[in-house]
Amino acid sequence: MSNFPGSGIVKGLAVTARNFVGSYFEKDRLTTEQYPEERPVLPENSRSFPFLVYDGDDPESGMRCVSCKICEKECPPQCIFIIQDRDAGGKALKRPKVFDIDISVCMSCQICVEVCPFESIRMDQDYELSAFDRFAPLLLDKSRLLKPNSYYRRIHPTEAAETDARVESERKKKAATAAAKEAAKPAPATEGAS
Amino acid sequence: MIGMIERAPVELLGWFLGLLGSFGVPSWILAVVSAVIIIGTIIGVFLGLFALTSVMERKILARVQNRYGPNRVGFFRWRLCGLFQPVADGIKMITKEDIVPRTADKVVHFLAPVVMMIPALMVLAVIPYGRDMVPADLDAGILYFFAVGAGTEVAVFMAGWGSNNKYSVLGAMRAIAQMISYEIPLVIAAIVAAMIAGSLSPSAIVAAQGGFAFGFVPQWFVLTPWGFTACLVFYIAALAESNRSPFDLPEGESELVAGHLTEYSGFKYATFFMAEYVGMFAVCGMLVTLFLGGWQAPLPFLAVIPSWGWFLGKICFVAVTMVWVRATLPRLRIDHLLAFGWKFLLPMSFAAFFSAACWHYAGRGPAAWILSLAIVGIPYLILGKSFSNRFAVSRRTYQFSE
Repeated sequence: MSNFPGSGIVKGLAVTARNFVGSYFEKDRLTTEQYPEERPVLPENSRSFPFLVYDGDDPESGMRCVSCKICEKECPPQCIFIIQDRDAGGKALKRPKVFDIDISVCMSCQICVEVCPFESIRMDQDYELSAFDRFAPLLLDKSRLLKPNSYYRRIHPTEAAETDARVESERKKKAATAAAKEAAKPAPATEGAS
Repeated sequence: MIGMIERAPVELLGWFLGLLGSFGVPSWILAVVSAVIIIGTIIGVFLGLFALTSVMERKILARVQNRYGPNRVGFFRWRLCGLFQPVADGIKMITKEDIVPRTADKVVHFLAPVVMMIPALMVLAVIPYGRDMVPADLDAGILYFFAVGAGTEVAVFMAGWGSNNKYSVLGAMRAIAQMISYEIPLVIAAIVAAMIAGSLSPSAIVAAQGGFAFGFVPQWFVLTPWGFTACLVFYIAALAESNRSPFDLPEGESELVAGHLTEYSGFKYATFFMAEYVGMFAVCGMLVTLFLGGWQAPLPFLAVIPSWGWFLGKICFVAVTMVWVRATLPRLRIDHLLAFGWKFLLPMSFAAFFSAACWHYAGRGPAAWILSLAIVGIPYLILGKSFSNRFAVSRRTYQFSE
């Protein structure tokens, strides 16, 4: 029967008919996503552009960034711009006054994330970044870059858990050394130092 | 009640004309008004069908490819499954810039879409849409249909030549070669039905397919061996005539940009598009008239649905099968296309012709059935075998590579 002239066309028609009817009954067949309503579940390691992590509730006080400028120096396309904050007396503070990332220049290489010693800069997954202007909306300033640690835990759970564990262990170690120092030194000396 | 719906369009027109007549409107104005109403209704219905088909085609193709298809455009916040897509397309087409190439023959370039549209609309005049619903009941309606319908070929070549573009001319030449080749099987397949009905009038052909054998089998021509063959030949040739996939080589975008449509944009392009679809509906209507029993209901008790409803339903059915074929088959190569037309379709249409003649002279009984089946079946097997042997895919060996 398969050698009967024209049977190939009939078979082809059967295949398309099966797909047509099947697309109404089997949801798995439909490969497309209805984008604004349905969103893709991004793989954990997907990344778009960097953002700054802060602890706690307040972005300014919880900011992990200490304005060391390593990321600014390492950034291959030079898209990071940092100005260190200074107090009224002109003394450098351990936080940035200005932290800008030009995402129209950024190439999502993640080098800033790898060099950051303070677990402060991480890769975001936000891909809805289109804007009506080429310049200002694509130059992300500190207020747009700062996102809470809880957000980081949500988008990169594995990586965030590892980072949190490391931060926690380092904090404990620091506390332990501080306590050991405290124990080693005589009490009046500490009083005098403070 | 049933009779009322059945007769509604005719009665409504008669009532309106009577109303005008009672106001003392002269009879020649009444004739003009009647013609305008009929023409307006037909154009309205077919343009509505075109709009609906343009979105349904995209949705069906999408479903075959396991997608949703257009489902966004709606009315304010109601999406209505994207049924308002044609409105958006129309607005887009009208507002687009109309570009005419500097070196084009401006008059021919402008006239081509018009010349394309006119035959597509004119052939709608002779199709019987329902019982006593033929706008122009010509005695040689079939002849008129094909004579006027051939005008689209001129339009395609005008478009190709007037654009002064190599792709346009190549596309137009392909279109001419294809349309002329497929016109012959198309007409011979139509002659088969006309021959058995004994008339070139579409309404007489529909009338010849009326009644039911054994009280429930409709006597449509498609249900006989010769009719089935002629119907398939007509269908395939109609696909080629309306430049539809798999015979859409004249606008094969992978080779010819868009063929004769390359230099058209905006509303002129939309006119071509519209003419192609209206032409497709016209040829579907002729297929339904010739082989699928026209406006006749398939079963006696289904006659409660008015005859024009059946006709519309059958046209939509044929149009959907055309979309289905488009979703299934890839585009042919030009030499395969011509070989298929001349070496397969043409002999098959002649076979259907002889088969119908034998069926008629053998008394239209069971013996006639077997005889006509043999007359179309044997050439089909022989031609089909030779074709599948000629185009059989063999393992390709590359002599000079490696």
